[in-house]
Amino acid sequence: MRVFFALGLVRAIIGGLIGAGIGMGLVAAIRLAAGLPAWNPAPATMVGTFTGLLGFLIGVGALSGWLRWVGGGKEDEQDARKSRLPDWTRYFSFDTNHKVIGIQYMVTSLIFMFFAGPLGIADRVKNMAPGPWVLDPGTYNSAISVHGITMLAVTLIGISGMMNYLLPLMIGARDMAFPRLNAFSYWVIPPAGILLVLSFFVGGHDTGWTAYPPLSVKAPLGMQFMLLGFYIAGLSSILGGVNLITTIFKMRAPGMGFFRMPVFVWSTLATAFLQMTFTQFVGMAFLMVALERVLGFGFFAPEKGGNVILYQHLFWFYSHPAVYIFVIPGLGVISEIVPVFSRKPLFGYKAVAISSPGIALGGSFVWGHHMFAAGIEDWLRIPFMFTTLLVAVPTGVKVFGWLSTMWLGKLRLATPFLFVLTAIVVFVVGGLTGVVQGIVPADLHITDTYWIVAHFHSTLFGGFVFPMMAAIYYWFPKVTGRMLRESLGKIHWALMSLGFLLLYGPMFVVGLLGMRRRIYDFDPSQPFQSWNIASAIGSGLVAISMLFLVANILLSVRRGALAPDNPWRSRTLEWQVASPPPEDNFEELPQVHDDPYGYGVAGSVHAVLPETGGHTGNR
Amino acid sequence: MSTSRHALIVTIAVVVLSIALVLFFVNVPVVPKAAATQAIPVDNLFVLMFSIASVFFSIVVVVMLYSVIVFRSRPGDEEDGPGIRGISWLEITWSIIPLVIVMALAVYGGLALGSMVSSQPQEMEVKVVSAQWSWQFEYPQYGITSSELHLPVNQPVLLKLNALDVVHSFWVPEFRIKQDAVPGIETVLRITPNQEGAYTVYCAELCGLLHAYMTGPVVVASQAEFDEWIREQQEID
Repeated sequence: MRVFFALGLVRAIIGGLIGAGIGMGLVAAIRLAAGLPAWNPAPATMVGTFTGLLGFLIGVGALSGWLRWVGGGKEDEQDARKSRLPDWTRYFSFDTNHKVIGIQYMVTSLIFMFFAGPLGIADRVKNMAPGPWVLDPGTYNSAISVHGITMLAVTLIGISGMMNYLLPLMIGARDMAFPRLNAFSYWVIPPAGILLVLSFFVGGHDTGWTAYPPLSVKAPLGMQFMLLGFYIAGLSSILGGVNLITTIFKMRAPGMGFFRMPVFVWSTLATAFLQMTFTQFVGMAFLMVALERVLGFGFFAPEKGGNVILYQHLFWFYSHPAVYIFVIPGLGVISEIVPVFSRKPLFGYKAVAISSPGIALGGSFVWGHHMFAAGIEDWLRIPFMFTTLLVAVPTGVKVFGWLSTMWLGKLRLATPFLFVLTAIVVFVVGGLTGVVQGIVPADLHITDTYWIVAHFHSTLFGGFVFPMMAAIYYWFPKVTGRMLRESLGKIHWALMSLGFLLLYGPMFVVGLLGMRRRIYDFDPSQPFQSWNIASAIGSGLVAISMLFLVANILLSVRRGALAPDNPWRSRTLEWQVASPPPEDNFEELPQVHDDPYGYGVAGSVHAVLPETGGHTGNR
Repeated sequence: MSTSRHALIVTIAVVVLSIALVLFFVNVPVVPKAAATQAIPVDNLFVLMFSIASVFFSIVVVVMLYSVIVFRSRPGDEEDGPGIRGISWLEITWSIIPLVIVMALAVYGGLALGSMVSSQPQEMEVKVVSAQWSWQFEYPQYGITSSELHLPVNQPVLLKLNALDVVHSFWVPEFRIKQDAVPGIETVLRITPNQEGAYTVYCAELCGLLHAYMTGPVVVASQAEFDEWIREQQEID
């Protein structure tokens, strides 16, 4: 019991509830003093959200270090107290070690994935048959909206997990540049996620994750929870971006010039720049809608002189670069795994490395392609069409690089590599269909149909979900010191790949045939039903496949085969330390000589490690 | 087997798979039957882009499958493969070719769009009013309003879209192109239906609870039948 109340998470929840209560009480008091009825859920929960967040952060201890510093006290009292608690409590507390934080992010991502996934499956089930059954229209509309926004949060959280765990290890650093800021960036995520989940239960929102006004201004209370929840998650993104960029620029091991960094580090750098620069815009757009709802501002209300399309520009200015935030890390994971399991250098390493910032830069100028039918000026659609199609070039560089790495290699089909293979094929489908959409006249037919849903799930699965599965199987031995079972892993892969094909393949078909997206019901005279049934079966297979992953993790984390330091014989630095790594990663910093992809190149060495005298390269 | 032999087999497989896919897209209709002149450039673009995509898809899938089968490491072989870091001319080529292709597609798409949005001679104006969750159509030159959209075949139409409450979108799949209706502004959509028949206009932007049911009948008829319908509506009003 004493341990329970010492957990940061428990104290955080208590602090959050107290904080929220104070905030809501404050609003009630002000309203009473102004002669209004005390209780109005919208302003009450709006203030309560921010006071609750503050209470949550104080409870977990996220502010203690800074407040102590402001007061002139000693900063490391926290560590002394913590050492009396069992090791596992670190994962439920405010801990500044990047490896703890990375695991916190990953587990949180999977937890929210298991909430958002079933919401999507419920929609597939509804669409199996026309007419009112299984769900009512309002619940259906909320389910797709909450599914969408929560999955996007899942993605932001998952990539943060991968980047936080791997980056310091891969560059030969002992931790991130700002460890305490890193922990703070994690701990704003649970309240954000709780708000997104709660949004479903306080009236939901029927706008899709895109939350376009005027509809979002009229939507139920759940809309506000969603807007503020994602706003808070954005804070994590921005601060995380600052931390990652500083770490990469300032903390690389001696000898690690930019063109000796692993591609995953290049990907992290590109992603961090996007996070740091663009998130503010969706924060602003969401805040403006929230203020319009609660205080009656007219930013997007024509009757008050506002402009409806302004929202869409602000929103998509972030939300397009956001999708590159979602996929660039996963593409980096693919670039790490392909050479290791092909025993061949990454083909065209410099070009593949540069393509990550290339995609990020190119992707900053395309947001208008989400608005081709929105009512923007006719001529404005043309430059966005050109910029959109340009992004295909750096993307192609990556794909051709991966294929050329495999070509003539010595391929070993372990589970991480199988997931990477599916990821590449699925991502290529997503990319090619994106080119189709980039052409304005074609997009005017397929925008707002199931084609689009299939396209972005292809890019998201190919660029995030499948690579994250690959990353879990690949790095689990390093993180835990145990191997995951290959047999269960291969079943997971096979079911998920087949399930994906069944789930989204039909959506391309029905989209072209005229099935709009986000519809509760469809006309039985349209030829959609068989395809929808196939989709639903696919969604079930994907869900079952994930159970195999959970079972594998639970079985292996305590009783899996002990993992050697470098089971995959990889050259990157994280594999040159123990599994799991020591608290501060490296006793002495490694000396880097070359990039980590010199497989088969005589005499090539990535780095030399002083403490062992070992090196990562050819003997 | 030498590298050039591997490359030859893969090239043949890519060509065969590409041809099969292209033949599929050229011959199998993946869209509803076209019913407007604007559908023609859209459908041509689909066939062209699916064909190009088929070639790239074939390259990826064939090379990957071939590598997974033919270049699989023998059990017990712990050696690395050949240390090939890159081939400059190849990398430049596979950057330039996609660049040229996508830029050409963009030019083609831009020209197609231009032809679809330019004003036509003697357009008939119809004002479309969208509100949660139904459509109204006003014919200013005839002075009538209806919940059905009747159009004479081969007559260029200028739809002026209005939204009273939230963003909606006007879409008849057989006409292909859609346009959002936005509160506070009037947006336009030019359609020239060229096939008589009964169609449906669907709202294509999530607009609240009954978005799925926001549809309206669209009837494309001969000029004579259209004039008859107009007369009937004028008698009602």
